[in-house]
This record gives sequence, C-alpha cells and structure tokens, in this order.
Amino acid sequence: MTPARRKRLLVVGLLVLGVAVAAALGLQAFRKNLLYYFTPDQVARGDAHAGQAFRMGGLVAMGSVQRAPGSMTVHFTITDMQRSIPVVYTGILPDLFREGQGIVVYGTLDKNGLFVANQVLAKHDSKYMPPGVEADIKKAQAQQQAERLAKDPS
Amino acid sequence: MFVWFHKLASPPYFYRLAGRLAPWLAWASLIVILAGLYGGLWLAPPDYQQGDGFRIIYVHVPSAWMSLFIYVVMALAAAIGLIWRMKLAHAVSAAAAPLGAAFTFLALVTGSLWGKPMWGTYWVWDARLTSELVLLFLYFGYLALHRAFEDQRSGDRAGAILALVGIVNVPIIHYSVKWWNTLHQGPTVFFGARADIAPSMYIPLFIMIIGFMLYFAAFVLKRLQVEILSRERHTAWVQELAGKP
Repeated sequence: MTPARRKRLLVVGLLVLGVAVAAALGLQAFRKNLLYYFTPDQVARGDAHAGQAFRMGGLVAMGSVQRAPGSMTVHFTITDMQRSIPVVYTGILPDLFREGQGIVVYGTLDKNGLFVANQVLAKHDSKYMPPGVEADIKKAQAQQQAERLAKDPS
Repeated sequence: MFVWFHKLASPPYFYRLAGRLAPWLAWASLIVILAGLYGGLWLAPPDYQQGDGFRIIYVHVPSAWMSLFIYVVMALAAAIGLIWRMKLAHAVSAAAAPLGAAFTFLALVTGSLWGKPMWGTYWVWDARLTSELVLLFLYFGYLALHRAFEDQRSGDRAGAILALVGIVNVPIIHYSVKWWNTLHQGPTVFFGARADIAPSMYIPLFIMIIGFMLYFAAFVLKRLQVEILSRERHTAWVQELAGKP
C-alpha cells in the first residue's frame, strides 16, 4: 500500500470511529428519554407526571377484560406482576389485544387511580407458529408441571 | 488474482461482464421470488395470533434486510473509492443508493400497514422505526448530495463521506430493539430448540431474502452499466459502442 493510500485509509477510519463515538455518547445522554413507556410500578411510585398524558406498558391481567354491552368501552387491568392499574378505553382494540398480552396504553391517570386511555397499542412477542401448536405447547407445559409436582409434593 | 482484479476495475470489461450477468440474475430472482411467494402465501400456515396478517413478513423482513445490506455495500464501495481512488467504486455507490432507498421505503410502508391492525397504529416514534426512517433520509441525502456538484469527482467524494458517516446508523437499527423499550418486537430466533418461528414459516422467508438479493444483484449491475456509460461518455470505447447501429 502506498503512503498516500495508507494516509487516506487512516483518515477514513478515524472519521467513522469519531462519528461512532459521538453517536454513542449522544444516545447515552438521551437514554432516559428513549424509554417508550412507564411500568405500573413506576406509575404507582409517582415517576410519571400526574395530570399529564403518558404511556404505560405491561401485561393485560388474566380475567380482567370486561366489555360494556352495547358500547365500545372496555375495562381491564394492566399489571407488571408487582402493581396493577385499572384502565378504561373506548374505541377499536388492535388484533393482538388479549389477556396475557403485552400492551402499551397512552392517556392520563384520574384522581381515583383509574387510567383513562386514548390509545391502546399491542406489542408483538416475535413468535410465529401455526394455530394448533400453541395448544400443544400449553399441554406439554401442564404435563411437565404435573410431573414436577408428582415428584416433589412439597 | 491481482491481474483479474485490475481487469475487473476496467470500465469496458466490467460493462460487458455486467451486461452478460444481469439477465441471468434477473430471471433467477423472478423464479426464486415466485417460489418464495407461493411458499409464503399458500403453503405456510396462518399464525396462531395474527391469522393471515403475518404474511406481510414475506415482503417486510426481506425489504428491511436489503435496506441494511445495500447501505453496507454502498459504504464499503464509498470507502474503497475514497482510499484507492477507484472510479468504479463510486459508480457502485451511486448505482446502489436508489435501490436501497426503495427497499427502505418498502420496509417502512409494509411495517406501517401491518402496524395499524396489529399494534393499533400506523406509526410510533420508537427507536427501531425512527432509526429506519433516518436510514431513508440518509439515502435521500446521499442521492441529493451526489448530484449537487457540477464536477462528478466532487459529488462522488462528498457522497462517499456522507455514506461513511451514516454507517453508524446500521448497528443502531439492528440493536435498537435490544437496547431500548420499543413497540417493535425483538429479533426472532430462527434455529434450534428455542426457535420462535415454525420451519414451514421461515423457509419461504429465506427463499424470499435470496430472491431479493438476486433482484438487487441484477438491477445494481444494470444501473452500473448506465452509470459507467454516462461517466465514460467521452472515451473512445463508449463512442465506438454508440456508433454501432
């Protein structure tokens, strides 16, 4: 390699390295602002601003979804396994919304601790399988659990 | 080896080679993409949660993959062009950029169309979606900057520096779903006991990715031919080529 080329290689290398370091520092500085949502536990501890709209993410608690008959209003509870917060939403729910599914709601917390959502977003879990497989997996898991219990009754 | 490399870098030789390879690659991509679409749209079973809606991954994932792959190709060619002053390398960057922009656009649009029914929104400003949008603007920026100079060599050099600066966005896009809380799902595990996707679903997906790669190879060579002719228009060999009936 000629000296001129080596010099240009060095310059290009330093350019890319410098930009990478700048980007890493910038993203590090904005780390907190890049969080997309608060968890129910953070909301209960008062991290989110009361009276202002914010996003809250968690799982839809099993057995908590109640639809008001004759309207688009749905009541359900969002949980992070530590705290649960009741949510009310009026509108069309996304296809992936179901009990046990991870979702993100956008709205405000009222005085009684009820979260009034303007928007409900469902999170996909990066799993793809044919319809019958889910039932098979659940059956296998239940069987494993039963075997474990049989071996160790305590 | 070096003799071959130097021959490859000679515009007339490369022009003829590209002209011979491109039709084969184009036909191969057509066949492979049709096979992948048949596998993805007819043979693959519907998803347990999303039903038939998941089938958009057969366009979305290959497009998103190509958007990153083409950027890496473009940036590598830009580096070679800057360091070794190879004329053909800058032509490769210039030929690849519009294709990369098109695939990025396709990835954003298909993702958005899927997002409305599944997530409940066309768009959110999460880290993955935002960084992919920045990639689209990087392609646009390259295309605009490259054409903004009277002198071809200045445009080549300015565009190449932009392409190199933008390369930091590629790992950011890739790891965004791991580093931050995003609405976009994390990476899917393809192989082994913990595979997140059934084989009947991922095999068509890989076929589609190969088809998209072949499509890119065919059309980047075609675009390179045009690029070479326009850059070499004053040379004897192009004049001779144009003089032929």
